[in-house]
Amino acid sequence: MSKPVKEPFLHITKRKEMPAKKAWAIRIGAIVAALIVCAIVTTLTTGLDPISVYAAMIDGAIGTSRKVLILLKELAILLCISLALTPAFKMKFWNLGGEGQVLMGAWATSVVMIYLGGVLPNAILILIMFIAAVGAGAIWAMIPAFFKAKWGTNETLFTLMMNYVAIQLVAYFMIVWENPKGSGHVGVINQAGREGWLPYIGTNSYIFVIIFVAIITIGMHIYLQYSKHGYEISVVGESQRTANYVGIKVDRVIIRTLLLSGALCGFTGWMMVSGTDHTITTTLAGGRGFLGIMVSWLAQFNSIAMIFAALLLVFLEQGAGEISTSCGLNQSFGDILTGIILFFIIGCEFFINYIVHVRKKSGKEEA
Amino acid sequence: MFDLVAFIPRAIIQGMPLLFGCTGETISEKAGSLNLGIPGVMYVGAMCGVIGAFFYERSCAGEPLNAFLAIMIPFMSCLIGSLLMGLLFSVLTVTLRANQNVVGLAMTTFGVGFGNFFGGSLMKLTGSSVPSIALSKTSIIFSKSLPFAKDLGWFGKIFLSYGFMTYLAIIIAIITAYVLKRTRVGLHLRAVGENPATADAAGIDVNKYKYFAICIGCMIAGLGGLFYVMDYASGVWSNDAFGDRGWLAIALVIFTLWKPNIAIFGSILFGGLYIMHLFIPGAGMAVKELYKMLPYVVTILVLIITSMRRKREHQPPESLGLPYFREDR
Repeated sequence: MSKPVKEPFLHITKRKEMPAKKAWAIRIGAIVAALIVCAIVTTLTTGLDPISVYAAMIDGAIGTSRKVLILLKELAILLCISLALTPAFKMKFWNLGGEGQVLMGAWATSVVMIYLGGVLPNAILILIMFIAAVGAGAIWAMIPAFFKAKWGTNETLFTLMMNYVAIQLVAYFMIVWENPKGSGHVGVINQAGREGWLPYIGTNSYIFVIIFVAIITIGMHIYLQYSKHGYEISVVGESQRTANYVGIKVDRVIIRTLLLSGALCGFTGWMMVSGTDHTITTTLAGGRGFLGIMVSWLAQFNSIAMIFAALLLVFLEQGAGEISTSCGLNQSFGDILTGIILFFIIGCEFFINYIVHVRKKSGKEEA
Repeated sequence: MFDLVAFIPRAIIQGMPLLFGCTGETISEKAGSLNLGIPGVMYVGAMCGVIGAFFYERSCAGEPLNAFLAIMIPFMSCLIGSLLMGLLFSVLTVTLRANQNVVGLAMTTFGVGFGNFFGGSLMKLTGSSVPSIALSKTSIIFSKSLPFAKDLGWFGKIFLSYGFMTYLAIIIAIITAYVLKRTRVGLHLRAVGENPATADAAGIDVNKYKYFAICIGCMIAGLGGLFYVMDYASGVWSNDAFGDRGWLAIALVIFTLWKPNIAIFGSILFGGLYIMHLFIPGAGMAVKELYKMLPYVVTILVLIITSMRRKREHQPPESLGLPYFREDR
């Protein structure tokens, strides 16, 4: 060897494992840095004082007890979608179809609500709505899973496309069910008799939604951490070959997990139509199918950590609504802030997983 | 009677934003990067173009625009905006090795928010008195077709009645197809997308190629957004009007099996499916929504069939969506 090998200036290696405390400190540091950048962006683009914007956001999100309840409801729905997507991700199955699965659940709920409302007693009606929604969501998720398990069809792209099939299907029915005719909206379903609505406590039934999701959160945590299914999911996620060697039927695990994932998404759709919105639109899921992916990933698939990740995003969204009214800005400002914060958190994972060595003058590496 | 002469030009105009997006996404996917941020990039590209044109029209204050500047300013601001988005994606996924899907979706959230925010607030922020963003003067320059196109009957209408960006889209698609298929750069790029470890061992700078592919891809995709606002929508920006075209562009990549030259026809087909309902007599409002479903259904079928037949040249790039870390085993 005549030419001396030049050592690269930066050298990157994988970390063994970082203590959880330090990892979380880095993540929180990233969020703080993101908030500072957001403040700078806010001032540059709008000329407003960033502190007053943040204050308006906090006020908008948790200013009154009603706002807190709405925040919790939104949190519950986003969290439920994130929980639904998590088992699939843990298996390294990219279920980008949450949006469509939620919509299909909502659609099935609406079908039952519109055609059987008033025919059956309310309790039975709600039960049938529930079954229909869970079934529709599960089927919508199972189609890509089946092809993935059988022929290895790319699930990222497949589930993504399924969203838009669902959206167009709902768009079709929105016009079929138009009320009043020509408005392009379904309007509130069964407004007069409230057939198929979850019972009200006070002026709404949000509390049911919040309780359901709290139960699901705990259930999912146990399912993933302590059950045999959960173990199989993580083995398949680590390596399909290993799973094969130890006798796990990979295709069966994929389909089973996606059935669960889709069913929970369908359940979310049911909650939204029966419990919170009482109507259906193509934007019912409103990007939460995608946001749920981010939540699940930010929390590293940990159900409990997901509560905080979802809270952060919902807080931004609700707060941004307030900015739009109090500062006269567009609602989408929240999306920009969400985007910036996400980029920072995504970027900081690198420093948790890798070490960067800077070349030493002597050319020797630290051990 | 089905009016083909009226149908084809409209299908083409519908298809061109998809073609830009699809060509851009193909380049980045060929290098192994599944950029789901493309819808966001197209919004950002469109918005940056709008901002550029907006300020230029304002600075002219009623005087006639200089045609060259009226094209170059929105064009360059669109390219710079999309390039920045491309750099963001590459820094996060290539250098910092973040997950491509997560970064892509975050970029879409950000990009759509960016477009809608400035679309809704540009008037207020600049204290302008006009009620909405209507850049009709810039748009007229963008969509100017050849002067003699009208005299050539149906031939002129189908082939020559478009603004320059339509031809640009087709030229870019053809060049991309050629570069990917026939040149050394294209070969290296595909090698990076198929198996980065092998490419690395062969002395190809994997990261450089990935950066290059993602950035160029984003810039081309951004032009799709610009085309949409300036040509298709006659310079009028309305929030969310761009709709799901970004996702449709990603669908088109699969539908055309990662081949930009096929994408030229694919995009026109998708564009045609998108507006088919207008040309079918008796189709109600509701059925129209089902027609819009067709491109996605067709794409799903293509995805299923290619995975069942397992023909090697029809598969997605082998390492699509996977990060590359040399020291990983």
